[in-house]
Amino acid sequence: MNVDDLEELADKHREEYAAVKTEIRVCTAASCQSSGALPVLEALTTGCDASDHAGCCVKQVGCMGLCSAGPLVAIAAKDAPLDQAQIYRDVAATDAPEILTSAKTGTPMERLHCPTEMPFFARQQRIVLENSGIVDPNSFKGYVALGGYHAMVHALTEMTPAEVIAEVTTSGLRGRGGGGYPTGLKWSTVAKMPATQKYVICNADEGDPGAFMDRAILESDPHRVLEGMAMAAYAIGANKGFVYIRAEYPLAVERLKTAIRKAKRAGFIGHHICETEFNFDIEIRLGAGAFVCGEETALMASIEGGRGQPRPRPPYPAESGLWGHPTLINNVETYANIAPIVREGGDWFAGIGTERSKGTKVFALAGAICNTGLIEVPMGTPLRDIIEAIGGGIPGGKAFKAVQTGGPSGGCIPEAHLDIPVDYDSLKTLGTIMGSGGMIVMDETSSMVEVARFFMEFCMSESCGKCIPCRAGTAQMHGLLDRIVKGEAGRQDLALLEELCEVVQATSLCGLGQTAPNPVLSTLRYFRAEYEQRLLEQAA
Amino acid sequence: MPLPTPQSSVRVVTMKVDGLDLSAREDETIIEVCRENQIPIPSLCYLDGLSILGGCRLCLVELEGQSRLFAACSTRVAEGMRVVTNSERLQHYRRTIVELLFAERNHVCSVCVSNGHCELQNLAQGCGVNHVRMPYRYPHYEVDSSHEMFRVDHTRCVLCSRCVRVCDEIEGAHTWDIMGRGSDCQVITDLARPWGDSSTCTSCGKCVQVCPTGALVKQGTSAGEMVKDQSFLPILARRRHQR
Ligand SMILES: Cc1cc2nc3c(=O)[nH]c(=O)nc-3n(C[C@H](O)[C@H](O)[C@H](O)COP(=O)(O)O)c2cc1C
Ligand code: SF4
Ligand code: SF4
Ligand code: SF4
Ligand code: FES
Ligand code: FES
Repeated sequence: MNVDDLEELADKHREEYAAVKTEIRVCTAASCQSSGALPVLEALTTGCDASDHAGCCVKQVGCMGLCSAGPLVAIAAKDAPLDQAQIYRDVAATDAPEILTSAKTGTPMERLHCPTEMPFFARQQRIVLENSGIVDPNSFKGYVALGGYHAMVHALTEMTPAEVIAEVTTSGLRGRGGGGYPTGLKWSTVAKMPATQKYVICNADEGDPGAFMDRAILESDPHRVLEGMAMAAYAIGANKGFVYIRAEYPLAVERLKTAIRKAKRAGFIGHHICETEFNFDIEIRLGAGAFVCGEETALMASIEGGRGQPRPRPPYPAESGLWGHPTLINNVETYANIAPIVREGGDWFAGIGTERSKGTKVFALAGAICNTGLIEVPMGTPLRDIIEAIGGGIPGGKAFKAVQTGGPSGGCIPEAHLDIPVDYDSLKTLGTIMGSGGMIVMDETSSMVEVARFFMEFCMSESCGKCIPCRAGTAQMHGLLDRIVKGEAGRQDLALLEELCEVVQATSLCGLGQTAPNPVLSTLRYFRAEYEQRLLEQAA
Repeated sequence: MPLPTPQSSVRVVTMKVDGLDLSAREDETIIEVCRENQIPIPSLCYLDGLSILGGCRLCLVELEGQSRLFAACSTRVAEGMRVVTNSERLQHYRRTIVELLFAERNHVCSVCVSNGHCELQNLAQGCGVNHVRMPYRYPHYEVDSSHEMFRVDHTRCVLCSRCVRVCDEIEGAHTWDIMGRGSDCQVITDLARPWGDSSTCTSCGKCVQVCPTGALVKQGTSAGEMVKDQSFLPILARRRHQR
């Protein structure tokens, strides 16, 4: 298959749907499904009879972002972007006739209207999510018709592996899984390893509480991730890939399986892809859902069939990964960025974002915020814009208190620092991290000591138990936080807590333990008074 | 004049440990070099002859020019490396780690079979732990005495996994494993069945000999009696390796 064949395939799909002028898109990603999207889909599908609604078709799509208003239905011209669609919120199956009438007549219906002029839609820049909410995640041809697999075919037939890596390096893309390691550098390291067997892994473990970016990407646009992985494999010289995904994501797994099957049938996965010498096979590996299995060495141990425990690095996976072979491991969102980079060029990508953090970032907004859901904004967007404009602020007239970023490895940012531009480095100066993109907003009613206790409890129960400081240290720290919350602790307990933060951070084997104290340290940094208030009064 | 012996591909590097100039083979780890040169580095999970775990973190050392710490057992030497094994910071961390271990399970040495011959007890003395600042967590575990010769007392286990590794890597039985997460981790025999019912255990006793604490002991030993002998391990390991 070459670029022309691909065009032909896309044309065929367009012909098939030539009669369609208007799409009625129903979000069937997990969040909307859980608020009842499937009955809506069914009602719309049965109600949309060809004679009466000529030119309309009902299509299931992935996440449109505003999950809290789901189920969402969008009426749009064929393949039109999200902000040019007419979006309806909180749709029930009984609303189907009205929606169909509106689609047929083109007159918007006021009752469920969700304005796309609102900053939530208008202020985003969708690159990773460009197809999300537009393409049918189960349709291979639909993806191709939107330009899918063009980048891969182009890379395989017209670029050398070194050129692909150079493009990724130029783009300045950094890993979206939390660490922010330069992707191009990682790729070229693995590419340089002299070995006949190499692997690529897609890390879709996503264990941070409050995060659902990777899940949504896989549910909404799975081919995009496969395309990125295939280009990575080509660039580094691998012929085998694994997607490690937690079993708690059944819908994402199902859609990924479908995507792999269809890509295989089309010859985009398998032998002699695009009539080149490049062979690439992808397998799914289900994780049982342990946070530590997102750590790369633990993840590889799990794929190999062992206990999901980290091991000391070096050697890094680039040198000795799966079964001792050089292995490239990247996050879902990282791979989802590759197709546009190859398509538009690394320079284009490097023009977006900030000096040291390029491109966009997908965030999952959760907690005390009006618009919970998924957003994608350029790196460097001020935190205040994200929370007040895009997120719509705090519900119930309450005051903002803090936003937690980076999950159990991150920390809290108070009101005073809300004007900071969000990128890898700026968040670090505040004692937190961007992490994989979870943002949990808290209003004035939340207790920061309890927030710290929540994350410590998470780390305590998710510790794999291999190394002592993380295993026993998080348990002790949780005990101390619990006593502080309950008003049973004294000043020496707080001192011990701070001391343990330092020891656990400095001595733990892997990132889980090394970062577990961060939520405590950051809440102590900005909300120390809350800790002090709960301490027992002690005689001098 | 005799010909020079053929050069092996492994090179020799020079390094400094606590200011002392040393030479080492480049495929050695820091702990191996320190042991050869009688430089004490506390450790619990490392045992010459077993695979490296890197779990106890007691062997952490400082490398000059690097802010993070490195585990001596899992870090290879390098030319010009300068190692500090005993800074105040390291001593403090080691003490805290040992305290964490004591508080995690129930270590009442006075009634323990290993009293006086226990590596954890020795470590505590070596690190200057004379009291534990954190609350003991007193977890409840059953003692498994079903094996006719040995006994496992989980309340003394430090989860160093030496038993797991020796049984798998040296004896080849793989009777032991670890189940659970975090502090709830527990060593198990076969599929968490009583040791006495194990169909894989050969009763060789290797696990008991390598266990650093009173967690694995011989039946019938009383307080202060359980002396362990690990001298077989490096010899066996090397022989296995040669084959
Ligand atoms: C405890 C722990 C959990 C992690 N969980 C994830 C995860 O769920 N998804 C992910 O992509 N990376 C996770 N990481 C980071 C990975 O180890 C690794 O750095 C990442 O997958 C590399 O991909 P990237 O360069 O594209 O970010 C985790 C790291 C640690 C220490
Ligand atoms: S195992 Fe060692 S430290 Fe624990 S009680 Fe027995 S003698 Fe004391
Ligand atoms: S006695 Fe030997 S075979 Fe049995 S569990 Fe211990 S090491 Fe394994
Ligand atoms: S039983 Fe002994 S050897 Fe086995 S993990 Fe526990 S302390 Fe280590
Ligand atoms: S899941 Fe439907 S909008 Fe996000
Ligand atoms: S001896 Fe190095 S970590 Fe245990």
